[in-house]
Amino acid sequence: MAKVPLTQQEMLDTYGPTLHYTPAGGFRTVEDYDRLVSTHCCFCGQQCGINLKVKDNAVVGFEPRTEFPFNKGKLCPKGVKRYLQGSHPDRLLYPMKRTAKGYERISWEQALEETVQKIKDIQEKHGKDSFAMLSGVSLTTEKSYLVGKFARLALQTANLDYNGRLCMVSAGAGNKKAYGIDRASNSWEDIVKARVIFVIGSNIAECFPITTDYVWRARDQGAKLIYADPRMVPMARTADLYLPLRPGTDSALLMAMLHVIIRDGLTDEKFIAEHTTGFEATKEAVKDATPEWAAKITGVPAKQIEKAARWYGEAETGMILHARGLEHHTKGVENVVSCANLALATGKIGREGCGHSTITGQGNGQGGREHGHKCDQLPGNRDITNPEHRKYIAEVWGVEEREIPGKGLSAQEILNEIHAGKIKGLLSICFNPLVSLPDANFNREALDKLEHYTVIDFFLSETAQHADIVLPGSLQEEDEGTTTSGEGRVIKINQAITPPGEARKDWEILLDIAKRLGRGKYFPYQNTREIFEELRLASRGGTADYSGITWERVEKEMGVFWPAPQTTEKGRKALRPEDLDANHPGTPRLFEGGKFYHPDGKGHFNAVAWRESAEVVDAQYPIWLTTGRVVSQYLSGTQTRRIGPLVDQYPNPRMEIHPRLAQKLNIKDGEWVTVKTRRGQITIKALVVNTIRPDTVFVPYHWGGKQSINMLTQRALDPVSKIPEFKVSACVVAKATPEEIREGEEAERLASKTEKLPLNYGLGERRKEFSR
Amino acid sequence: MSEMRFFIDPIRCIGCKSCMQACSECATHKGKPMIHLEYMERGNSTQTVPMVCMHCENPTCAAVCPADAIKRTEDLVVQSSLKERCIGCKNCVVSCPFGVPRYYPEMDQMMKCDMCYDRTSVGLKPMCATVCPSEALFYGTLEEFQSRRKGTPINTFEFGEQEIKTRVFLVAPDGYVNLSMDVMHHLDGRFDDGAYDHLDPFAHLEAMPMSGGLL
Repeated sequence: MAKVPLTQQEMLDTYGPTLHYTPAGGFRTVEDYDRLVSTHCCFCGQQCGINLKVKDNAVVGFEPRTEFPFNKGKLCPKGVKRYLQGSHPDRLLYPMKRTAKGYERISWEQALEETVQKIKDIQEKHGKDSFAMLSGVSLTTEKSYLVGKFARLALQTANLDYNGRLCMVSAGAGNKKAYGIDRASNSWEDIVKARVIFVIGSNIAECFPITTDYVWRARDQGAKLIYADPRMVPMARTADLYLPLRPGTDSALLMAMLHVIIRDGLTDEKFIAEHTTGFEATKEAVKDATPEWAAKITGVPAKQIEKAARWYGEAETGMILHARGLEHHTKGVENVVSCANLALATGKIGREGCGHSTITGQGNGQGGREHGHKCDQLPGNRDITNPEHRKYIAEVWGVEEREIPGKGLSAQEILNEIHAGKIKGLLSICFNPLVSLPDANFNREALDKLEHYTVIDFFLSETAQHADIVLPGSLQEEDEGTTTSGEGRVIKINQAITPPGEARKDWEILLDIAKRLGRGKYFPYQNTREIFEELRLASRGGTADYSGITWERVEKEMGVFWPAPQTTEKGRKALRPEDLDANHPGTPRLFEGGKFYHPDGKGHFNAVAWRESAEVVDAQYPIWLTTGRVVSQYLSGTQTRRIGPLVDQYPNPRMEIHPRLAQKLNIKDGEWVTVKTRRGQITIKALVVNTIRPDTVFVPYHWGGKQSINMLTQRALDPVSKIPEFKVSACVVAKATPEEIREGEEAERLASKTEKLPLNYGLGERRKEFSR
Repeated sequence: MSEMRFFIDPIRCIGCKSCMQACSECATHKGKPMIHLEYMERGNSTQTVPMVCMHCENPTCAAVCPADAIKRTEDLVVQSSLKERCIGCKNCVVSCPFGVPRYYPEMDQMMKCDMCYDRTSVGLKPMCATVCPSEALFYGTLEEFQSRRKGTPINTFEFGEQEIKTRVFLVAPDGYVNLSMDVMHHLDGRFDDGAYDHLDPFAHLEAMPMSGGLL
């Protein structure tokens, strides 16, 4: 049904990606703007503070926000150029409907009415759960909360999930198992105070650049840096100890490190006895995990594993940092708890300079997942299957508990069910699964089978191109609300401009749909502040307790760390948000004094057994394929592949390959190669570098269509977190044939087009465009 | 003269080009960065080096300019060529020992880093040093640098018989830095030449005492 109606060339010409270079009105002098709006970057989970320059209701530039404590003005290239997504020629400005000839402009009335009619038709015919919703964590926490409530009470479907599923869910599940709470254990300031920093599976220089400054500040004071990654990424280059482990073998390395720590008496026995449970089983599980054993699995020399274990074990203080390299596995949760085992065994948690933190990849990955659009959670990080949790949320929402649907399917499972024909309709907001989910060809087939698909977005992403109805939503700078950074710091996003053309704020669109579905009484909000006030009440008493946080405090204190629970009896019993108190100072460092969030107050060891990845290399597919990011692109590239200067930094995906492997395959730097797995193949250019293991190739994942490496990755999921195994596939690499090269060149040609606008394309012209 | 100094610490550079993107925002050189990022050979290293104008005490570029187009401010910031004077001869381009000035044919003018004079002259930091995520570019006093950071700031350079003192400091790392980034050097013996064929599909599956797990 939902097949793309135009040719690739026609889609590119009409909807981009167009490379946008020039700010609205041209480049300006330092003072040439109406006002500065203090807000945050719209990209990764560091959520750097930034000032946007605004003139005539357009964002025309940026100014560093040096007073914001996290980044003190520092920005990566994406942060610097983020403002160029405003006044962009590809911006969706009015609702559209797909016809046999392409998309045609329709009225909001028609777009909403047709969407609602389809929802009703499909649900009447096939049941409530046959209409699913997919959400994104570029949304503010207020919008995430609203989406959770909207799907459960307006759509009345259990099948709601979000793109954080592709990001940090393994870390969240692992942290809950180990510590009883799903958050980085410390503010980033503790990195600076650590004597040893162990980074595993995280390219911090390219994915979380500001974090490198925290690491360097620690190193200036003598801290050692241990870096484990299959690639010599820019921060690994300078590390005191580098461990180039084979993709998928993280838990073997971590088990061996724990083995050495126990063997050499580097455990903190007092901490283990007083503040943890389960140590004996974990000790037993790593009994045979010698460095020599791990060396065979990981490829890292045994003496280097011993050294890493001793450095970490002997240091007075230490931090463990990881990201998707550790978590994007079918054993992502096991990898995370293996890190937690190290921290608990050495007592390096809950005190100054100590901690174990995941680095949030997506902007509001932290806040978004805590408050409702995750298929198994209710606001406050509550469990949707727990009757008490359900009862409390039902009370806040003013519904019967039975009216809240149960646990639904995760993101990939929703696509699987669409493919199987069981889910017939879809509403999505700010999620581009066609690029970001694994096995893209399968997912494309799934989208084609939908009976109806409505999308809310601001650009026509690869996925949105399959929609029947397109509703133009809002950019981050066009609305206000809060997000929560990777540190656990709740921060304020401020509105800089109003949505252009007929585009509307996302929450207003959802409210309109709810109203037309006859469920308007549950959504009485006049603004997003009212949503936050309800969220405070809904989160009260949950582990992610925001009830003591107000917008005013967030602004004044430059962020407040959750949990910030109620401190007064009145607040703890309040039934109205206005009766909540805001006295709690917030919690930058969790677990102080060895107090954890499990009911027994202890940290839990989790014994892990080594196992292989879902797919391993064999005679047919003999090379490991792993994926990741480049510094100038963000996630599925929906936003960054439209910003010219960022695309110029790294225009097309390239495959990193070691010279030794390249020589065996007779591949030279810059030559076209075809990478193939059991799911599909891609033809791109090779980048011959000795900064990667010789048995592994790497391809970044930000591109769509025939440049999408996610055509090759697999849908195997972690059994607990349901995160796909992006980081390990078995592939074969060969020189591309002339026909494949032609396809590769065609894919590069269709990846983007350059805007044809005069240098001083002004605001007046933009307004004319918007009113077209 | 201002106490503020500019420091370049290549070891910290993460190659993100944040400096170039921020520099290109300036209204005086619309969309063009005046800071450049040099790469070591990418095949062998992820090392990158940002390069700004060094703001020499006796700038060779100004000395060789036949049109007297390159001026220096009172606080020793060497400016881009004056548009009305620059004759586009490129003497400055070829004479600069650091290879900084560039000639832009579309403007018919030499342009280079002027240390964000529009910002530094009013007490702000240069844009590149403000945004640099890893502080590979740092703007502050010498005392501030030395109290916070490792490494030795150097601002005297010898090019043959020519000694040049600069306002910008390059930071030399403490101790030896190995710039060979070959991952092979960090792998175990099986990856030594001839000892392991990584195309052997079952090499990683050799018998392991814990294969299948203990639980």
